[in-house]
Amino acid sequence: MVEQGWTMEERYLLGNEAIAHACIEAPVDFVTGYPGTPSSEVIDVLRSQEKRSSYIEWSVNEKVALENALAAAWCGLRALCTMKHVGLNVAADPLMTSAYTGVTGGFVIMSADDPFAHSSQNEQDTRCYAHFAKVPCLDPSTIQEAHDMVRDAFALSEEFCLPVIFRPTTRICHSKGDVILGSPVVSNRKAEFKKDPRQYVVIPAHTRILHKKLNEKQSVIKKRLVELGYNTCEIKGKWLVVTSGIAAAYVREILPDNVSFMKIGAYPIDESWLKSFVRKHDRVIVIEELSPEVEDQVRQVAGDIPVYGKKDGYVPLEGELSLPVVAAIMVKAGIIPQNPCPDAVPVPNLPPRPPILCAGCLHRATFYAIRRVFNDAIYPSDIGCYTLGLQLGVVDTTICMGASITVASGIAKSGEPRDVVCSIGDSTFLHTGIQGLLNAVYNNANITVVILDNRITAMTGHQPNPNTGHTACGIESNPVSLEAISRACGVSFVETVDPYDVPSMLEAFRNAKARKGVKVVIARQQCVISARRAGIKRGRFSVALDVCTSCGTCIRFGCPAIEKGEEDKARINDLCSGCSVCAQICPAGAIQREVKR
Amino acid sequence: MSMQGYNVLIVGIGGQGTILASNILGEACIIEGRHVKGAETHGMAQRGGSVESHIRIDGLFGPLIAPKTADLLIAFDLLEALRYSHYLSTQGEMIANRHLVLPTSVYTQNIAAPQEPEIIAALKKYRLCALDADQIAQDAGSPLSANVVMLGAASHALPLSPASLLEAVRRSVPKKTVEVNVRAFEKGRNAGGSCQR
Repeated sequence: MVEQGWTMEERYLLGNEAIAHACIEAPVDFVTGYPGTPSSEVIDVLRSQEKRSSYIEWSVNEKVALENALAAAWCGLRALCTMKHVGLNVAADPLMTSAYTGVTGGFVIMSADDPFAHSSQNEQDTRCYAHFAKVPCLDPSTIQEAHDMVRDAFALSEEFCLPVIFRPTTRICHSKGDVILGSPVVSNRKAEFKKDPRQYVVIPAHTRILHKKLNEKQSVIKKRLVELGYNTCEIKGKWLVVTSGIAAAYVREILPDNVSFMKIGAYPIDESWLKSFVRKHDRVIVIEELSPEVEDQVRQVAGDIPVYGKKDGYVPLEGELSLPVVAAIMVKAGIIPQNPCPDAVPVPNLPPRPPILCAGCLHRATFYAIRRVFNDAIYPSDIGCYTLGLQLGVVDTTICMGASITVASGIAKSGEPRDVVCSIGDSTFLHTGIQGLLNAVYNNANITVVILDNRITAMTGHQPNPNTGHTACGIESNPVSLEAISRACGVSFVETVDPYDVPSMLEAFRNAKARKGVKVVIARQQCVISARRAGIKRGRFSVALDVCTSCGTCIRFGCPAIEKGEEDKARINDLCSGCSVCAQICPAGAIQREVKR
Repeated sequence: MSMQGYNVLIVGIGGQGTILASNILGEACIIEGRHVKGAETHGMAQRGGSVESHIRIDGLFGPLIAPKTADLLIAFDLLEALRYSHYLSTQGEMIANRHLVLPTSVYTQNIAAPQEPEIIAALKKYRLCALDADQIAQDAGSPLSANVVMLGAASHALPLSPASLLEAVRRSVPKKTVEVNVRAFEKGRNAGGSCQR
């Protein structure tokens, strides 16, 4: 290890920036992941370092990412794999068995949970996966703790020879605070794979032994986590409040001096340690987000002591906690006499401002053409910016990454008589869409698949994918051909069109509608944000008020650059990116590109 | 209840620079050696949606400000000022940009929307300083500096010295834009100083 210049430094950082810095302090050698809010910035920070001693990739999906990183850890390197909670479902297969094989190099799997589903399809709890897989899990309650836990997690993984799951939540990843950082360290570890089939080839004869070894490790891990002090208890009175994660910060802010406080930061919890503290109290309440993971264990050791929590309705089973919510729980339980947070009522009936597709977004133009041609169809869709097509009436289903094509073929094969037209982004198609396409073709489904190809993973912050043409660290790489993949899956109708060319889009969809089988239309245009960053400038458009008939066609198109002005005539504002689609759909021809004078 | 620390809520529309503004306040706290906690909106919610940045100066615990406990609300859009006004404490102060962008849904779904005079009237019950940050930013040399104009206007209320805030602006904005942003901060500070309170 070679230490660079400085030591201890205090900075105001995003949780994910602090986590990334901790990886550089560890130091990490090998980093993989798939973008997903709230986890994405960790790799984005690591890959934007000017100098780095680690290998970094954005992988095509979480399973691929986890297996790559696992292999690096088998070679003795320190490996990090990042994803959001639902990504761990995709990576669950290798996760479960990686606990059997174990690792030699430190392996940290960061799976970021999203209570309240701020940007997610569900509120699952990564701690349950750790429990299920029998691997240790670290759960930070502050940004500083997140930093310190990640820095130490690699060594912990090496000590236990097991992957360690690190599980921050949105309010850690996307919170900010003053953080004390350590020194960056340059790694000089060399990878070496030591052949050991009994460890790495999980045939039944081997895996039975590996499972026994994994079970034997559990009590050692529990004892060690107690020694390391991740789980703490301050005895102050007869009431005990047990917390974990960000809930600990909310509880601390309002906890009376005569109430005991237990914070769980690491799993599995040692039952005898837990029992010894719980049994010193008359009453216990467990305040945690998502699943009653700690509560279940407290109930198991509490004996006759009353335990309050999610199972008896004191703590909500869904959503995220906050200071007012935690205060209300503590009032209900009788720990504090009244809620210190004042009641406040938002101003009613304000027009909502949900997120919206950008002005000039290719997805809006594509959705418009889909609606024009397939006006009475079923529209399965997928996960990405284009899920916002819900507002345009062209998103009927989303479940998980890649499920647009499979749901489309399922609906079509069910015998639903209407046309089925699904939409999927390029990154999502490459993530888990291809298998669904292959399956639909092989089983002769009648569907139209629209690949919304903006050549980037836009929603999570513009991470490159194999369709972009460069890797996570900016090294040029041949972009994959979506047309070739579609043809290789057996699709004979593959058409690529520019969403800004409305007549061509309409023609492609009409051709697709007229045929049987699986038809693929690739709607290709750069993401309007990438285009702006690349310096592409198209002239703005404006409305000739004497020609505008106030028909509302462009208003209904839903572009944030188009407003309704006087006499309900359209007005184009500064957000206009010059895509020209509104000018093409205006029946009166009232929208023209502005001529610079 | 008097909450610990000084709570600042910055609200606006995704893309208006609330995150940079929050970074500047956080940096100023580091310069003054003070604790700070914050939380903000990332991911898809940013795409033109309503966004909020919480900053708790001298904060030691959670990053979120509870409703009715913000000491200062800085609103980059007037409609967002109204939307988040219930976060302000009874004694709190509001610095709002007079500029108003109506959500697209107002046009596509014909939803009734309040106009500037109505919103200003509704906000008068708070200690309000409303200014045309867009125009001031234009005068400073870049319409993109409206967020820093707003911080300049807010600097009279913030428990941070103007020198720390200016240094934080210099450290936080892109190098090429330091001059414009310093000017934006000063013009904003002047405008905030002449606000009736």
